[in-house]
Order: sequence, then C-alpha cells, then structure tokens
Amino acid sequence: MTLAEEVLQGNRLALARVLTQVENETERGHQALNELFRRTGGAHLIGVTGPPGTGKSSLVNQLAYYYRNKLVGKPKRVGIVAVDPSSPFTGGAILGDRVRMRDLAGDNGVFIRSMASRGSLGGLAVATSGVVQVMDAAGFEIIFIETVGAGQAEVEIAHLAHTTLVVEAPGMGDDIQAIKAGILEIADILVVNKADRPGVETTARALRNMLQLAHPVPHVFSGIDSPGYSHHMVELSDHDEPVSTSGPTGEAPTIWIPPIQRTIATKGTGVVDLIEEIERHYKYLKETSELGQREQARLKSELDILLRERLVKRWRERVTETRYGQAVEKLLRREISPWQAVDYLID
Amino acid sequence: MGNQKVRVLVAKPGLDGHDRGAKVVARALRDAGMEVIYTGLRQTPEMIAESALQEDVDAIGISILSGAHMVLVPRLMELLRANGQESVKVFVGGIIPDEDVPRLIDMGISGVYGPGTSTERIVEEIRKIVVGN
Repeated sequence: MTLAEEVLQGNRLALARVLTQVENETERGHQALNELFRRTGGAHLIGVTGPPGTGKSSLVNQLAYYYRNKLVGKPKRVGIVAVDPSSPFTGGAILGDRVRMRDLAGDNGVFIRSMASRGSLGGLAVATSGVVQVMDAAGFEIIFIETVGAGQAEVEIAHLAHTTLVVEAPGMGDDIQAIKAGILEIADILVVNKADRPGVETTARALRNMLQLAHPVPHVFSGIDSPGYSHHMVELSDHDEPVSTSGPTGEAPTIWIPPIQRTIATKGTGVVDLIEEIERHYKYLKETSELGQREQARLKSELDILLRERLVKRWRERVTETRYGQAVEKLLRREISPWQAVDYLID
Repeated sequence: MGNQKVRVLVAKPGLDGHDRGAKVVARALRDAGMEVIYTGLRQTPEMIAESALQEDVDAIGISILSGAHMVLVPRLMELLRANGQESVKVFVGGIIPDEDVPRLIDMGISGVYGPGTSTERIVEEIRKIVVGN
C-alpha cells in the first residue's frame, strides 16, 4: 500500500509522514499529492490571519473546539495548519501555536500541524497549499489555516482559503491604518478579539468606517427572506446606484459585506456567533457563483506558481554558470540593462 | 532532500511550572537552524506523544524538574512505541539524580542533561544523533 492509500484509510502516522514529504517538497511528496489530489475539494478552508498577538491561535482553538463539541449534529473533523515564521538568519523556527490549542488534545477528530514559513513572505509557507490538500483528501471537513502574524501585505491566504478571517484586537492603529490597502481588504469576516479590553469600541468603529468606505452603495440583497445578507445594510450609508454583482440565477444581485464579530477567545465569548458567520459565508459562496470563481482563481494561482518554478528550474539547467556570470559582469559594468541581460540569457 | 529540516518537539510534562530551561533549549535549537515545536507547560505523556505524531518530529526534548521522570519517561516511551514512532529520539533535561541516568538510557533515552549543561553540547548531540553526523 502506498503512503497516500494509508492516508485515505485514516492512518494518522502515514498522514503525518506524507505532510513532512510534502513540506520538504520531495519526490515522494509530489507523488502522494498526485495520488491524493482528485480526492480534494471536500473541505471548507478557513484562513485565519491578522497581526501578531491578536489571539489567532486561541481563536482557532476555540473554533475547532466548538466545531467538535458544541454544535448540533455530527461533529466535523477538523484539521489545523498553523504557520509561524522561520528565522531569516538561521532558518530555524519556534512553532508555538500548539501552546494555545491544549483543549484539542486527545481528540482523534482533530489534527494539528505546525509549519515554518521557510523564507516565504506572504504569510504562508510554499508548501502550505500542498499540506492543506493532503488534509482535505484525508477527510478533514473543516481546515483552519493560521498564517504567521501578518500586518499589511501578507495576503496570500486569500488565494488559499474559502473564508478568510482577519483578527484584530483593540489598540491597533488609527483609521488611516484601517483604510490602507492590504490585509483588511481580504477579510470575509472581521474579528475584533480581546473584546473585553479597553478600546474595543474605537477598533470596531474604525473597521466599520472602513467597510463603509469600501461599500458606499446600498446593496440589493436576494430578498427579505434572507435576513442574513441584509442586516449589514444598517451599517452602510445610502446611495443610488445598485451593485451589479449577480447571483447564480442572474435575477437577484447579492454581495457579501464582511461582518464584524467581537470575540473573547480565551473565554469562548462570541465564538458561536462567529461560527454562524463562517457558515453563512460558506453558504453564500455556494449559493452564488463565487465558490466556483474562487476555486478557479485558487487553482490557477497555484498552477502559475508551479509553472514559474518549473520553468525557472528548466532554464537553469540549460544556461551555464559561465554564461550567467558573464551576464552579471556586463550588468555590473553597466554595459547592458537588466532587461537586456534577460534577453541575453533566455535567447 | 535539500529542504529537510530537523524538527524537535520541546515539552514540559508534569506539574511543576518552571519552563525557563525548556525555553532556553528551544531557542538554542532554533538558532541552530532547527524547527522547534514548543508545546508549553503541564503536558501529559499522552499529549506529548500525540503532538510528536502529528508533527512527525525527529526528536523530543522534555524538561522534568519534579522528580517524576521515572513515571513520565517510561509512559512516553511506551506511547511512542504504540504509535509506531520508536525511531523518534528522546532527550531529557532537568533535575535527574545520577543513579537514574543509566536507567533512563536503558529505556531508550538518547541523552540526559542536568543543570549546567551548555546549550552547545545539547544542540551538537541532538544534531549528531538525529542527522547522524
């Protein structure tokens, strides 16, 4: 039996070993991904990002715990991929997200894997999407992907996850920070964690103002019988033009406005409401054409990355060190421009 | 296998709350280029074995200051074997009486480090035993 087959049979040690192979980008890892890929697509991928220290790990711990223990119906199997940064100097890393996830110990329906970013700058590791695919194929229905503590530009998670939570805490920057491009733009749900701390009103207001700037038009929702989509209306200013985004049937335009959810992760406060928002978002994705669009964008971006990697590698094999060195020499002497150097090396 | 990294789980089993030593070792391993999964205080052998499995680590470093090592260590070794992880190297740091050291080694522990051990020595020995050079 191959390692991938053992993973499909629920062997946790095999799963852990495949994840290592995938993370190390070995031949065996790629082989396993080839075998497992067609079994993927079943999981709801939930990204959790936000600045360091806002309580992402504690929140994931609580969310996973509720998914396992507190919701009605059959508990869903939960996978967690937690990424922490690698040292740019030594390549080493301290992966400490498990410290906050003690409540999940001893539950066979949960699998937590820590990953170091290994030099990647977008908030995830290069192999994170592969690791998520393996968990997906292994039958985890909910997969949380926790990014490294992220500030402004670490937006890779939006390409990987179906639902992205951006976790903030009271005491973030002023509302200019909130309207800068970047991480807040990718939020499907905004979470203000540590909501028992002073300043929570200011933070929530800054986020609300940002949303108003981002969505200044009234949104025509799919109807009064979908209250879930409409209650954000009250937060938004009025305007004349309707939004052109259409639902799957083309009749009723819908758009998702990120809700703002307050939580106190250490106490579990607000977690049930947050799960409701997460589920509501997933439902929205499925009922509109957006899930399909996101899947397409996600797989395309993954394909592009792999293509680029492979093409560079192939080119590397063909161009000699000497020729490459000559190009750099000429570049240094300002004889050719970087663009001419590219021409020189490729043709 | 150019991307391979040494992965080490650092855990603090038992009820004493002093994790300074564990943190110093974790930091030293990090600075030696290893990936350290730090799990924090009051871990049971079950929790440690489960984390070691999920994280597919090469080695486990546990810090015990409570005197309970002759209970905790055999249990951990038993669980690792039951999980098919007998290849994982286990290192023990903390307050271990001299006469217990050979008994721990007999149980399959790869190294025992008492107070005053240099982090360089710990890093070097872990690397030697895990990587084999």
